[in-house]
Amino acid sequence: MKKFTLSSLVIITFIIYAVLQKQKPASLAIASSSPWDIVMVVPPTVVPTTPVPKPGVAPKPTPTPKPKPVPVPQGQYKNGSYIGSVADAYYGNVQVAVSIQNGKIADVQFLDHPAGRSTSIQINNYAMPQLKSETIQSQSANVHSISGATYTSAAFKKSLASALLKAA
Amino acid sequence: MKETQLIMGMPITIQVSDIGKEFLVKKAIQSAFDYFRYVDETFSTYKKSSEITKINNGLLVPASWSDDMKTIFTLAEETKQATNGYFNITIPEGGIDPSGIVKGWSIHKAAELLVHAGVDNFCIDAGGDIEVRGEKNKDEPWIIGIRNPFDTEKIVKTVSLRDKGIATSGTYIRGDHIYNPHTKERKTDELASITVIASDVYEADRFATAAFAMGKKGILFLEQKEGLEGYMITYDGIATMTSGFPLYAISA
Repeated sequence: MKKFTLSSLVIITFIIYAVLQKQKPASLAIASSSPWDIVMVVPPTVVPTTPVPKPGVAPKPTPTPKPKPVPVPQGQYKNGSYIGSVADAYYGNVQVAVSIQNGKIADVQFLDHPAGRSTSIQINNYAMPQLKSETIQSQSANVHSISGATYTSAAFKKSLASALLKAA
Repeated sequence: MKETQLIMGMPITIQVSDIGKEFLVKKAIQSAFDYFRYVDETFSTYKKSSEITKINNGLLVPASWSDDMKTIFTLAEETKQATNGYFNITIPEGGIDPSGIVKGWSIHKAAELLVHAGVDNFCIDAGGDIEVRGEKNKDEPWIIGIRNPFDTEKIVKTVSLRDKGIATSGTYIRGDHIYNPHTKERKTDELASITVIASDVYEADRFATAAFAMGKKGILFLEQKEGLEGYMITYDGIATMTSGFPLYAISA
């Protein structure tokens, strides 16, 4: 009987936890539905007027940041820098920062290795074999040819969604 | 010797680093470009007069298809099975678009054409899909950059290759024509690009296309396939590579 009470308690606690987790706001849009995605939700940090340092080749939004596919909430964004939630980036975490000036997106950056590496152990348990990963960086353009595809800028805008929700 | 022509709606560049035999090389390069024009005339779904358009319009019975057309259909079916259905040339609107297989196949065929003509060292680049043979200079392999998917003016990785094919799949400007056939509604949106190195560009191109459609699982697929190495870039700016990829990579 004691055992039963104890296990019921554990199960109920888990259910409550799961429900609470579900009710939290949607995090980073780049988080996908693949089985090893573990998303840590971090409260938005507002750092007014402090420009966020640029890591390596932070991919920039297109010169005309007109975010069509992004779920834009009504009203203008508030000025400042907003840091999105930490999301599983396949073999590590990633965090997007967006800075808003005059109510518009001025810049978007990726922050490296935020908030410790506590989730990476869980991720690696799911992902086998373990593959090496790295943050992309610019290299010398001294090459004989270049392999690549031509991209639509719309795709990249999707990853802004989480940080923008916080700026609303 | 280096020449670029615009065929199949993309720039095709042929570089030859053989020393001497200029007449032979010039002639070989021209016949390679002629070959690409023939492929375009046959397989372009944008051309009304192409064989593929006639087939899609029900104007050609299978018995009268050309040998190359039959080859492409066979290769497409073989690739579909090798990729658990992720590679599929039938399109949602109905009809067949074999461009996903024709591109890599035709670059590889053009490379073989150059070899048969007596050209030993060259690099063919057709819209970012590349096959290299031999070397750029004596004891110097071909150095190929991987384009930064977020800033197309930049490259994020360089690899050195001899007798290899390399191809990159991503979200293309001409509409998202790579889609996941298993979830027809949802476009693949996790990967920014995936680059594959293989024994030739036909292998690299078809598996890059399929791996891209698989999403993040694509890199695991490449890891498990012998003879393929991959470099995957997700929207977060993180690259993940197969375990054999660093053998080709040049450190920054």
